[in-house]
Amino acid sequence: MKKIVLLFIFIGLSLAGYAQDKGSVLIENGTVITITDGNKANTDVLIEDGIITEIGQDLSAPRGVETVDASGKYVMPGIIDAHSHIASVDVNEWTNPVTAEVSMEESVDPNDINIYWALAGGVTSIHLMHGSANVIGGQNETLKLRYGTGMDEMRFDGAPRTIKFALGENPTRVHGQGFDVQPRTRMGVEQVIRDHFDAAIDYKRNRAEYLDAKEAYENGDRSTPPVPVAKNERLEVLSDILDGEVLVHTHSYRADEITMLMRVFNDYGIEDYTFQHANEAFKVAPELKKNGAYTSVFADWWAYKFEVYYSTAYNASILNANGVKNSINSDSGELIRHLNHEAAKAVHYGNTSKQDALKMITINPATQLGIDDKVGSIEEGKHGDVAIWDDHPLSIYSKTLKTFVDGKKYFDRAEDNDDMRLKVDAEQDFEAASGRWYNENGRHAETCLQGAEIRFNKQGMKLQSK
Amino acid sequence: MKYVKQICSALLFICFLGMSAEAQITEKAEFGKFAITNATVHTVTDGTIDNGTVLIDGEKIVSVGTSVSIPQGYNRIDAGGKHVYPGFIDSGTQLGLQEIGAVAVTNDQAELGDFNPHVRAFTAINPSSVSIPVTRVNGVTNVISLPVSGRIAGKATLIDLYGYSPDSMAVTPNAGLHLNWPSSQKGGWWDDRTEEEVQKEYEQDLKKLKDFVSRAAFYDKMMTDFEENPENKDQPDKNKRMQAMREVVNGEVPVVISVDAKQDILNAIEWTKEHPEMEFILAGVRDGWRVAEEIADAGLPCLVSTLYTPNRDYDNYQRPYQNPAKLHEAGVKVAIATGGVENVRNAPYHAGFAANYGLGTEEALKAITINAAEIFGVADKLGSIEEGKQANLFIAEGDPFEPMNHITDVFIRGNKIPMVSRHIQLYDQYLDRGAQTSK
Repeated sequence: MKKIVLLFIFIGLSLAGYAQDKGSVLIENGTVITITDGNKANTDVLIEDGIITEIGQDLSAPRGVETVDASGKYVMPGIIDAHSHIASVDVNEWTNPVTAEVSMEESVDPNDINIYWALAGGVTSIHLMHGSANVIGGQNETLKLRYGTGMDEMRFDGAPRTIKFALGENPTRVHGQGFDVQPRTRMGVEQVIRDHFDAAIDYKRNRAEYLDAKEAYENGDRSTPPVPVAKNERLEVLSDILDGEVLVHTHSYRADEITMLMRVFNDYGIEDYTFQHANEAFKVAPELKKNGAYTSVFADWWAYKFEVYYSTAYNASILNANGVKNSINSDSGELIRHLNHEAAKAVHYGNTSKQDALKMITINPATQLGIDDKVGSIEEGKHGDVAIWDDHPLSIYSKTLKTFVDGKKYFDRAEDNDDMRLKVDAEQDFEAASGRWYNENGRHAETCLQGAEIRFNKQGMKLQSK
Repeated sequence: MKYVKQICSALLFICFLGMSAEAQITEKAEFGKFAITNATVHTVTDGTIDNGTVLIDGEKIVSVGTSVSIPQGYNRIDAGGKHVYPGFIDSGTQLGLQEIGAVAVTNDQAELGDFNPHVRAFTAINPSSVSIPVTRVNGVTNVISLPVSGRIAGKATLIDLYGYSPDSMAVTPNAGLHLNWPSSQKGGWWDDRTEEEVQKEYEQDLKKLKDFVSRAAFYDKMMTDFEENPENKDQPDKNKRMQAMREVVNGEVPVVISVDAKQDILNAIEWTKEHPEMEFILAGVRDGWRVAEEIADAGLPCLVSTLYTPNRDYDNYQRPYQNPAKLHEAGVKVAIATGGVENVRNAPYHAGFAANYGLGTEEALKAITINAAEIFGVADKLGSIEEGKQANLFIAEGDPFEPMNHITDVFIRGNKIPMVSRHIQLYDQYLDRGAQTSK
């Protein structure tokens, strides 16, 4: 009986601990790259119960709080990837050009090893995006990389809702060329968006009128019998976009389609949006700046398809110099492991300052995801999402030593002799061959095209195996 | 003081003119005599020379050292505070064979058919590929470009990244035969074959390969006999596949074996032992760290990339980065191969990761220069800064493995190439569009 009681107490305690998932730590004597307030040499960062409570010199650790010596090391806010597909189960709901009602919220795999590999690259948050098969795809999820917890525990509390749009080749190929439904062209893409926004506006009005009439009817006003307008989840979400409650992140490449969408958004009064990939954003940097649009680009990916042929690795630097708030994303399970190095390329291509390059993987993506009040810089009151690096994070010779999310350590290079995350023999035999080492189609794994790489023809469709 | 200001403005103006001239697509490479002075010269084969001079006369490096007298007629390039490196070599790409991955008509890296030893990358190298200038301004002056389809994909070619025809770019037109090793493993989660089916297919594939190679050996013998004594023999029928295999079976052209999984690597090693008269190179070898000793014992060099995710969920997160170091530690000669097309320019960063994860900067530098040259038998021409070698080199402001650093000058076969690419031209055009165009 005593044992059973103890067992219950133990389960209760472990559940409580699980829900908490927050930690406290004092990181001492590091060079603190605050992002928003310069670099601070020999400075301590105190994280208590998941929140940065103090930044300063000679801080003392409260009782029970572990101390980490960061002398000679760099302390940086956790990297935020504004465009990722790791930790996802499903990526593309490609059955209709508009599927605003679907969401990635139930598609999270908290045990995906890519999460751990990303933590080992100093990443603490990702924007888990729907794929690019549809003009208006699905709703995304902003996640904290609390590896090995649960689907719900992975969510970034308080992050605004976001949705994926997609322009250009992907939706026109999947729908127009694959299914013979609009859009087959960039012209059609614009009309699909306008049609659905118009429908959402009409729906909102009609639905409100119906609900008002229904209420009045139920309150005894029998003069106008309510004509039912059924609830429509797709139009509800579109209506929320128009109300500014859902931030739009748009897969885009060409300059013309980027300006098209800004025109459409201006017509419908949508203000907070980010162009993803945006390989040709550099061509319309002044227009982006004028509209207050954000961009989230690759450091150097190009030429894997025609709409990215007229690209330049100087994209990030041109946008930055023109005052556009830009981030550098991975859209890849491999690049996410060294986004610091991807950001360094903005220094190489176009001489972006080191500080601005670092902003592109911290505070800028945080702004684009609407979480910059919580993460993206080392400031008192912000979340304890930080990583310790053994060299300047933009150097190719730097390595992440430890990564904390909410003050809790999720990665420690020193403790990970041969995988702290799993109790398996890393030498055990290999039963599956990999794909070939060379690049056959110009893309890495874990990208948003993984679901859109579907070969369509008149007889139907088939998933292309990798 | 007034003069100083005027002179400064004039100098700035001249610089500006120079910059705008550089952005022209019509800019030509310079060829002639160059003296690079005051540089830190990383020779690779003979240490690092501080305050060194490198003389280039035409296609060749004619002098390297600290006390080099510069004869008349040499264009001086003051590289004070800068570093000179031999041009980087990417040992496995499809550069020049593919322009846009998703546009099939621009893809020439994958011919139909399983056994294509007669198909040559050299034939299809597009000297005008937009990716070539993009690559070389990052210090990559040479690549091995290889066909990739089927079992025997075709012959790889080793080229300079400057020239107006494949002939003018070729260092070794036929640099290797690319063989995709038949796998005895399942392809992945999507592979729904049973273990028995996998094994059966592997055995069939291996048998086909062995038959093909033994037929080639027989053909070579028959042809050689005929050539040596045409009077007394019947002329064998022409067979271009078999003809193309002759230089392979007699060891003149190495076989580049793409193989990744542990058991496949071991199987490939077993097979190479059956052919002591042939030359072999392993490529990919993602599981190389698991069988590094066996690869070293077999004396096989490896072409390795570093920037990929581990093969399996339960592989350690840093194994791909460590793979070159672990192979090197076991005694394997390692060269960097990105496997890329449009981003071969990232080859220095593959080397940088290898350096940071155990290989060390010096060894990583070898892996992207002299090792590649040795593996492909061109160490007399490429891979180091030495008198008599081809003038393929670049001047960098700092460690070229650091993505933040810049490269200022690149020479390929003595040509001082314009530091222009479409990416740079777009930058020059769009960094500041000017107020008039913004609406």
